[in-house]
Order: sequence, then structure tokens, then C-alpha cells
Amino acid sequence: MGDDPSSSSQMSEDDDDRSPPLDPSSSNKARNCSSGSGCDYIIPYPDQVLENVLENVLCFLTARQDRNAASLVCKSWYRAEALTRSGLFIGNCYAVSPRRATARFTRVRAVSIKGKPRFADFNLMPPNWGAHFRPWVSAMAKAYPWLEKVYLKRMSVTDDDLALLAESFPGFKELLLVCCDGFGTSGLAVVASKCRQLKVLDLIESEVLDDDVDWICCFPESLTCLESLIFDCVECHINFEALERLVMRSPLLKKLRLNRHVSIGQLHRLMVRAPQLTHLGTGSFSTLEGNPQGDQELDYVSAFAACKSLVCLSGFREILPDQLPAIYPVCANLTNLNFSYANITAEQLIPVIRHCHKLQIFWVLDSVCDEGLKAVAATCKELRELRVFPVNAREDTEGPVSEVGLQAISEGCRKLQSILYFCQRMTNAAVIAMSKNCPDLVVFRLCIMGRHRPDHATGESMDEGFGAIVMNCKKLTRLAVSGLLTDQAFSYIGQFGKLVRTLSVAFAGDSDMGLKYLLEGCPKLQKLEIRDSPFGDSALRSGLHHYYNMRFLWMSSCLLTREGCQDVAQALPRLVVEVMKSDEEEETGEYVDILYLYRSLEGQRDDIPKFVDIL
Amino acid sequence: MSPENEQHSPAGLNYDETKLTLGLPGSGSKRVFSETATTVDLNLGSSCSSSTTTVDDEVKTQKPTAKAQVVGWPPVRGSRRNLMKSCKYVKVAVDGAPYLRKMDLEMCKSYQQLLGALEDLFSFLTIRKDMNERKLMDLANGVEYVPTYEDRDGDWMLVGDVPWNMFVESCKRLRLMKSSEAIGLAPRTPPKCTSSS
Repeated sequence: MGDDPSSSSQMSEDDDDRSPPLDPSSSNKARNCSSGSGCDYIIPYPDQVLENVLENVLCFLTARQDRNAASLVCKSWYRAEALTRSGLFIGNCYAVSPRRATARFTRVRAVSIKGKPRFADFNLMPPNWGAHFRPWVSAMAKAYPWLEKVYLKRMSVTDDDLALLAESFPGFKELLLVCCDGFGTSGLAVVASKCRQLKVLDLIESEVLDDDVDWICCFPESLTCLESLIFDCVECHINFEALERLVMRSPLLKKLRLNRHVSIGQLHRLMVRAPQLTHLGTGSFSTLEGNPQGDQELDYVSAFAACKSLVCLSGFREILPDQLPAIYPVCANLTNLNFSYANITAEQLIPVIRHCHKLQIFWVLDSVCDEGLKAVAATCKELRELRVFPVNAREDTEGPVSEVGLQAISEGCRKLQSILYFCQRMTNAAVIAMSKNCPDLVVFRLCIMGRHRPDHATGESMDEGFGAIVMNCKKLTRLAVSGLLTDQAFSYIGQFGKLVRTLSVAFAGDSDMGLKYLLEGCPKLQKLEIRDSPFGDSALRSGLHHYYNMRFLWMSSCLLTREGCQDVAQALPRLVVEVMKSDEEEETGEYVDILYLYRSLEGQRDDIPKFVDIL
Repeated sequence: MSPENEQHSPAGLNYDETKLTLGLPGSGSKRVFSETATTVDLNLGSSCSSSTTTVDDEVKTQKPTAKAQVVGWPPVRGSRRNLMKSCKYVKVAVDGAPYLRKMDLEMCKSYQQLLGALEDLFSFLTIRKDMNERKLMDLANGVEYVPTYEDRDGDWMLVGDVPWNMFVESCKRLRLMKSSEAIGLAPRTPPKCTSSS
């Protein structure tokens, strides 16, 4: 691959790697007016006028793909775009260094950084791999004094990092930490106390250490700017009285998601204080040890009825199903309902879901069975996104949801765009039906939990089902496959999956051909994660033409040898090829445990742990 | 693998399901997943670290047809796994009773609650406070019962020595022994059994 990827497109995905062509007329110097009239004011080059105009126009370009395109037009546009980009998106924290990013984009207000690959969430990667926030926050502390927003996903963040953040950015407004770890309540305390303009503190699916620090108390005593406070993933007890006072002095609060240590009685008190909420995470929705009698006597129905703006409801972490009717008053307005921690039956779901005509996003546990899903299909005609999670994440023969539920959803929810469905059994027929009934599907993730499980009715592989999905769902960009799959399935994906950007493969395929079909067929492929599939060095080599266009490739427990990975590393100098052992104790076998490769402008990172080798 | 073999036997599993042979055409190499060190028992929120001892335990204590579980599969995040109320039903035998009962250990949060649950399960049992200890007794004939359990290694242990969570994880079945038979067991130090951990 001869192209030099040292261009702007490294900052984000979806771009060709091309250097901006040099424009000889883009000199920034002004020239003197040298007409006979003796004037000596300076007329700027037309390009400078253009640049000024550009800066004003480019402010309106927000989509990073558009901005990347604009930056490639010529050097003048490149500069203007760099000056006007206020939102910086780093899809892979190791693709570019903080120094390089902050040198190019000098006026950034909001930063998003993503770190570890997704399979790290499932313990496939040993801990302490990297993705440290420290170098980024250090660089930004100097480069972006006016930074307002930080969004981190799968990054390692320490309390010291949070302290540095809180101290360095006086205008800091929004902190969102998704799937992050490494920090604790001490870090939260510093943010709460020092970020006086804080509007958003969202902790989502992150691991927060309990340092026994009362961070809720650390918010300013005066009225706060808080609009969103999300801490449902925080496993620590919180000071409820302090929280109640905080809610009372946060008149702008719209989103509040409580953790499971908040009882239903305490929830009631908060709801009474904040009827203006639009997003509510109910906490346990149960009487915890404390005041069970008193809690059960409160009027929850009125509390919910008072929340006239509520559109998003979640929580129910330890639900008392008897209390569920309390939410009836808000059901008709709900666009987003998350029952994915509520172990409820179909019987308990049906009276609720019957009212939810406007529902667009619904997350639920498979405890509601096919019966419950049928009820969803019957009512939720506006449904865009459905996620069905397993109560028991095991590989059993029986499961509460099946092809029956999927078929029902496909028939009732024609506007479906995104689905994540865990089940124990499935048929091609149901998947094919969904491919035809839901043509707007953008995300299709089916997880048949039994490995290599075929079509439950015909005994065939699931090739045809997934084939139909890529054939019929023309907008599909994200796909996760499962069940018994041969190379044929991958042939279909390569042939028809022309817009597929993210693909997740596990326990699938017969031979190298499977991976070859993907790498040769899917031009938009950005993120490919594969585990436990029989793909080897030859297949890996077939992607050489494409790896610079991808964010990353992950392959674990496949048939790659170290030499095969080395070949790729040598062929593509701008690719970082990481090879890892999943267990340090284990002897290195014939095959590489984990391959993780990604394009980068920086070469080898300097923070690799012992179990990582960079080839 | 023919489709028929994929159907599951009544006992639950067949070996075709658990074996994954990976080999390039012509190569003799195989990878059998039930034997790799990365298999791990994913029950009851135990941390998903791989260790060979865990695999050995799995192989020893489970029936031959039990499936070897795999790290990170199904792909459900830890936060979802841990918060799920998994059932841990164990058989409870009482010396002298004609049949066994089953109870869900997850319903109890402490040894105290366990005694209470056992008291509910067997109508002839009552909890009696004896100094600092709570004992299960059949008041009608003055027989005291000592709760014991079989752990993952197949050993019979006295209930109450280890922290509650550790007990729930390792307990396979319960047996209430008549204390007259529990002669060899050292008396418990009261705090451990009556603590609410």
C-alpha cells in the first residue's frame, strides 16, 4: 500500500488516506496595492478573504466526515478547518498522539476518545492493556484551556486524571465516562467540587471504585447547573440526604439515573422534588432494608403522574413487580424504556407495554419470553431499537425467547432499525422474515448463545438467514453473527454487505475463505472483531489492501501464527500489530492468542504491558 | 458434524457441542476448547479470571455431560451478569427425613437467613438461641441438627466457617446432621456463625 497515511484522515474513520494536494496559490501573504494611485493599504490575497469566509462557513459543518472532506480540498481549507473544528473525535486513542492532535486543532471545546476494543468488555483481553487518559488530559490541560466537554469510552481513567481535568478547565461542563475504569469516588468528588459549571456528569457502564468518599456532598452548596446526573452503574452506597438536597438545588436537572442502592421510597422523595425530569433511572425500585412498610404505602402513581415530561425510563434494578403499575401514567409518553435489569414475566410486562404506543427504544430481559415480545410487537409500532438480554447467560438448550419472538417483532415493528437479540435457538425463516419486514435495519446483532447451533427447525446452518439480512437490508452498517455458519455466510456478507462498517464474528466459518470473503468484499469495513474461528495467515494477508482504511482488526483464538502477523507488520509500516497472550502463565502455543492491529501515525506506543508484543 | 448430532441429549449435552476442532485443510492440528486454560466457570458472579485450578474443579465436580464454559461467551458484560439474580438451588437433606427438599441459596444473604429458611422448609425444626449461637432443633424430641454442606471438592464441611458469598459459591448440597453424629467436629466459635456476613 503506497499511500502515505500521514494526513488528516487519520483522525477519524471513513476516509481515504490521501495527502491534501499542494495548492501553489494558497500563500497567506498579503500584497501591497501597487497601482498608480499611491495607496498603500494592504489588499489581502483573494485566498485570505476566502479563508476568512471559510472560517465563518465551516462553523456550520459539524459532521466530522464532512469536516475531514473539507480539510482535504487544499492547504487553505485544511488550515481553516483546523481552526474551526470545535469537536475532536479520536476513534482510537493510539492512532494519533495527543501532541499531534492538539497541535493541529487548536480551538477545541469538546473531545471524544475511544480506547480499548469492544471484546475487552468480555474479559478477552488481560487487564492493564492500556488506553490511558493521562497523556490526553495532560496535553489538553495545556492546549485547551476552554475545554467544555470530555467523552471517554473504554479508557483507563485515574482519580489523578479527574483531578487534573477538574483543575485545568474552568469552563468545564460535561463529563461522560462510558465503560471506563480505574477511578473511584475520590475522583468523582474532585470533579463535583471543582467543576462549578458542570452540567453533565454521566457514568455509564463504568466500574467505579468505592473509596468511601461521599462525592454527592461535594457539589457546590449554591444552585447548580446540573442538567444530567447519571450514576446507575456506581455500585457504592450514596448519601441520600445529600442527593435529595442536591436535586432540590438543581432546577435545571432533566436527567437523573439512580443506582440500585436507592430504594423506591427514596425515589419517591426525589421525584416529588423533580417533576421536570425527562429521563429517570429508578434505582432499585424496591424496598431495601430500611423502611419496607413505609415505602409500600407511598403514592407512586401520583409521583409518576406529576412527571409530565418523562420520556425515558430505566432502572428497576431489584424490581418489586407489584409496584410496576405505578408507571402507567407515564407509559403513553415514553419513547425509551429500559427493563434490562428487571426480571419480569410476560404477565407483568403486558399491562405496562400495552400503553407504550410511542416507544422507540426498548431494552428488556428474555424473562418476558416470546409472549412478552408478541405484546411489544402488537403495541410498539414506532419501535426503532430493541435489545433482548439473557437472564441466564449460559449455553443451555432451552431458553425463554426464540425465533417466535423475533418473527413477531419483525411483523409488528416495521420501522425497526436496530436489534440485539440473545436467544438459545433460532431459525433461518425468522431471520429471513425480519430481513424482509424490516428493511430499515441498520444494526442486526443476533446472538445464538449455543456455539455452532444450527437452524432449530431444519438442522441447517444459519447461512441463509444472515445472507438474507445483508441482501435485503440495504442500509445495514453493523452486523453480529452467530450460530452454525459456514464460509458461505461470509461469502454473502462480502457480496452484499457493501455498507457494513462493524462486524462481529464468533465460532464461525470453515476456512480461510470465510475471512477472505469479508476482507475482499466489504469496502466500508472499519471494525472487525473475530474470535474462535478457523482463519489463518493466508486469510490475514488477504486484507493488506484494506487495513489502512480500518479502525482496527481483532482476532483471538484463531489460527494465526506469529510469522503470519509479522508478515503483515512488515508489509504495512503504518500499522501497529499487537500480539498478546491471554494468560501470562501459559506457554506460547503454535497460534497467537490475540491479534489486535490498527493504523497509527505514531508507531509503537510507549506504554505496552508485559503481555503485549508489537511486531 | 451432521445436524442430527447437534440435537441435544436429554442429559443436556453431547461432545460435538463442546469440541471445536480447528484445523486448516490438511493440517492435523486441532484445538479442543474444553481443554484450554481459558475455560472458566462463569457461575455466580465469580470473577472471570482464567486459572487451571478452576478448570480442574469444573471437570471433577460436574457430570461428564456438563459443558465446558468459555471466557467471554455469551458476550454479556460483567455488570449485567453480576446483577442478575441467578438461582442457586441446592438439595437439602435432613437425617431421618424420608425425602429431600430444594432451596435457592441466592434467596438468603447471610447465615442467619439460611437458618431461617431451613426452619421454614422443615416444619419440625425451630431455631433456638443457645448462648450466642443459634441452633436448629427438633423441639419435640430434643434433637439438635448441625448444618453441613458438600463443597466443590466433594468434602463435607461445617456451615459457617467461610464468608457467606464464598459459601454460596462452593456449596453443592446441604445436609442437616444430627449433632449426636457430629462427634468429630470441633465446636464452632459463635461469632462466625451468628455474624451477618
